[in-house]
Amino acid sequence: MLSRVAENVYWLARYLERAENTARLVNVNAKLLLDLPPEYRPDWLALIDITGSRELFDAREKGTEERDIVHFLIADLDNPGSILSSVRSARENARTLRDVLPNEVWEHMNELFMEIKEKLPAALSKRTRFHFLQRIIRGMQTLTGELEGTMSRNDAFTLLMLGRNLERADMTSRIVDVRSAQLLPADAPGFRPFDTIQWLNLLKTLSGYQMYRLSQRTLVSRSAVLEFVLRDLQFPRACLFCLKEVEHFLRALPRSAGVLGSLGGARSFLESATPATLDQPGLHELIDQLQLHIIVVHEGIAQTYFPPRAGDTGQSQSQIQFSSDARQRKPLFSEAPSI
Amino acid sequence: MSINWTSYCASGLHDELIGPGGGARVAGRALIRHLSELGSEEIGVRQQAAELAIKVMGVTFAVYHEQGGSIDRAWPLDIIPRIISSREWNRIAAGLKQRVAALNHFIDDVYHAQRIVKDGVFPHHVIMSSKNFRPNCVGISPPQGCWAHICGSDLVRDKDGTVYVLEDNLRVPSGVSYMIENRQVAKRVLPELFENTAILPVDDYPSQLHEMLVALSPRRGPLPEVVVLTPGIYNSAYFEHSYLARQMGCELVEGRDLAVHDDDCVYMQTIHGWTRIDVIYRRIDDDFLDPESFRADSTLGVPGLMRAWAKGNVALANAPGAGVADDKLVYTYVPEMIRYYLDEDPILPNVPSWRCAEPEQLEHVLHHLDSLVVKPVDGSGGYGMLMGPTASQRERNQFAAQVKAAPRNFIAQPVITLSTVPTFVNDRIEPRHVDLRPFILSGPKTYVTTGGLTRVALREGSLVVNSSQGGGSKDTWIVDMEA
Repeated sequence: MLSRVAENVYWLARYLERAENTARLVNVNAKLLLDLPPEYRPDWLALIDITGSRELFDAREKGTEERDIVHFLIADLDNPGSILSSVRSARENARTLRDVLPNEVWEHMNELFMEIKEKLPAALSKRTRFHFLQRIIRGMQTLTGELEGTMSRNDAFTLLMLGRNLERADMTSRIVDVRSAQLLPADAPGFRPFDTIQWLNLLKTLSGYQMYRLSQRTLVSRSAVLEFVLRDLQFPRACLFCLKEVEHFLRALPRSAGVLGSLGGARSFLESATPATLDQPGLHELIDQLQLHIIVVHEGIAQTYFPPRAGDTGQSQSQIQFSSDARQRKPLFSEAPSI
Repeated sequence: MSINWTSYCASGLHDELIGPGGGARVAGRALIRHLSELGSEEIGVRQQAAELAIKVMGVTFAVYHEQGGSIDRAWPLDIIPRIISSREWNRIAAGLKQRVAALNHFIDDVYHAQRIVKDGVFPHHVIMSSKNFRPNCVGISPPQGCWAHICGSDLVRDKDGTVYVLEDNLRVPSGVSYMIENRQVAKRVLPELFENTAILPVDDYPSQLHEMLVALSPRRGPLPEVVVLTPGIYNSAYFEHSYLARQMGCELVEGRDLAVHDDDCVYMQTIHGWTRIDVIYRRIDDDFLDPESFRADSTLGVPGLMRAWAKGNVALANAPGAGVADDKLVYTYVPEMIRYYLDEDPILPNVPSWRCAEPEQLEHVLHHLDSLVVKPVDGSGGYGMLMGPTASQRERNQFAAQVKAAPRNFIAQPVITLSTVPTFVNDRIEPRHVDLRPFILSGPKTYVTTGGLTRVALREGSLVVNSSQGGGSKDTWIVDMEA
């Protein structure tokens, strides 16, 4: 398989997964909003930081109300990480992959893009937003199923799986971060009753409540939920599960020793972490580190299998610092190929 | 609703299916009977079914957009096929083979001894002034001495029934994928006819193409690496590039996927590393093929590709420089080439042409502009020409000035009233003008497609068949009457 095609397939999967998870991200915040008392209302701006798009958002010099932020995350074509941009990029990639992808997938992607564009007004009204986002999540899940059910297990499929699972691990960690980045005073008086609701919401956002119950058989608690969404080995949206998937598919590719090394680093980092014992700032820090590990794995895949970027010196891997004060978010979009 | 064929025939035209008296021609009898049985309402239903099938199959062509970029359009197909008897087709195919053989001799001669010039049959200045003559091809001997491996020649039939060659496309002719897809659709919507008529199949082309390309490989290995080189998704023929790559089971590459290494061999970058390539079916014009040899600003090509080709480390189809014979002034000499190289009489005639490059002929053209078509020698797609009979006096005067300023750049021909085929427009059947583009593969053996792509001008009276200008297409049936 051509390196260029490999890159397009990989990013196609990332774009689709990103669109789905951005929809989940907006939903978790909206739900929190309904469940929490006014004094603990979550801040919509946190979503901008979590998606690593603060600079872009500020450069717009427009409003910062909920409506503006939601528009930016869902419908803004100037935001390359918005849902609409992601689906558009996925579709543009798919155009070059007609010989690789099952035809139904291409047709479905076309339909989905047109539908999303058509129903955008619904996304911006609070009353219809949930349904709109649900429709996106369902559409993406259907695409995932079509790919699973109709594609041969060839190199293209392997690259799809790498992109999907790496993006999913990254986005799940960002969704967990919605909770921690709010820096809500978990021990504030009067807040306790609502604490559980938040973690319940998080599980539901990841479609994980039922599976959590099946595996944990305990009440919903902060420590058990963090264990589950970050380190479960059976739940397909848990970070550690996704990393194991990446490892499994990397083994199917030639010349993967180097990347497998980085992947091993990411895995052991997560395996030895103890998220349940961390306070909120500590958890935020852990997630930052995890995301940096994921970036290193991505860089490894890009350097091994993708065409070199213009001006690429082959040094980028060493440029990523494991700073203990990793306040800087990696922007979601920085590595995507331009078509 | 029944179809009244006696009121169909437009007078003064040659129709491919209906004879002068309103009766069906022999090869089209079964089809006309079937259409009459169906009635125009049912034909409309089937036409819709065909259009739906094309959408579902994703058969598209790109139209360039005014704001840059391009949009994909569904391929237009009229379901009523064009039919040619296999007896007539055999003669045409023989004529095409003869023609392409002579053209390949000519191109090889141009880049070597130029015997045809020395023997006074072909003027030297015409070669040197051909836009697609490539000095860096001089002295190079591609495998089998063949330059134009894939040729698409346009055929037209005039009022009196004579089939002429209108032009030979020797650079990157397109359309063959639509020929194959048209047949797929026709089989779906007119299945009864395929059951009862001996319609010769067309879907052999991709394997013939692959076989021809494999034979060009410089390495004697078990399975040479053959690729299709495309300018990318925004090219109007991208569908075809992707289609042919898929059908042949080879990679569809872009220039940026390839590199020429220090050993002067061509490699593509894959997830396994750099893989050597043996044969490139390139769908990029010479100009953009190699920025080191041709246009330096090309980002579509591969630096060093000409070097690798000249050393024989990679085969290119068509060979660079083959376009020298694509020039319409060169075209006017093809009958002479056939006599000169093959010592045979041409089987298929050229459209009679005047060479504006020759003073007496130029004089004639300028005096008869109101009855001639004047064409630029390097034009295609029907652009930049003068339709003398329909142009205004002012347009003719302006054009005459252009021709006088650069006579080498023009030839003139009488207006050919293209033959017609019954076509389903506005819920009824009306005659519409058609041409035909067969494809000829030259390698160890020569192969001609069974029929080709019939293009149809959908506007009433129009002779413009180009799909970019509102033309449609038809399935083309070569029917074996002896079967």
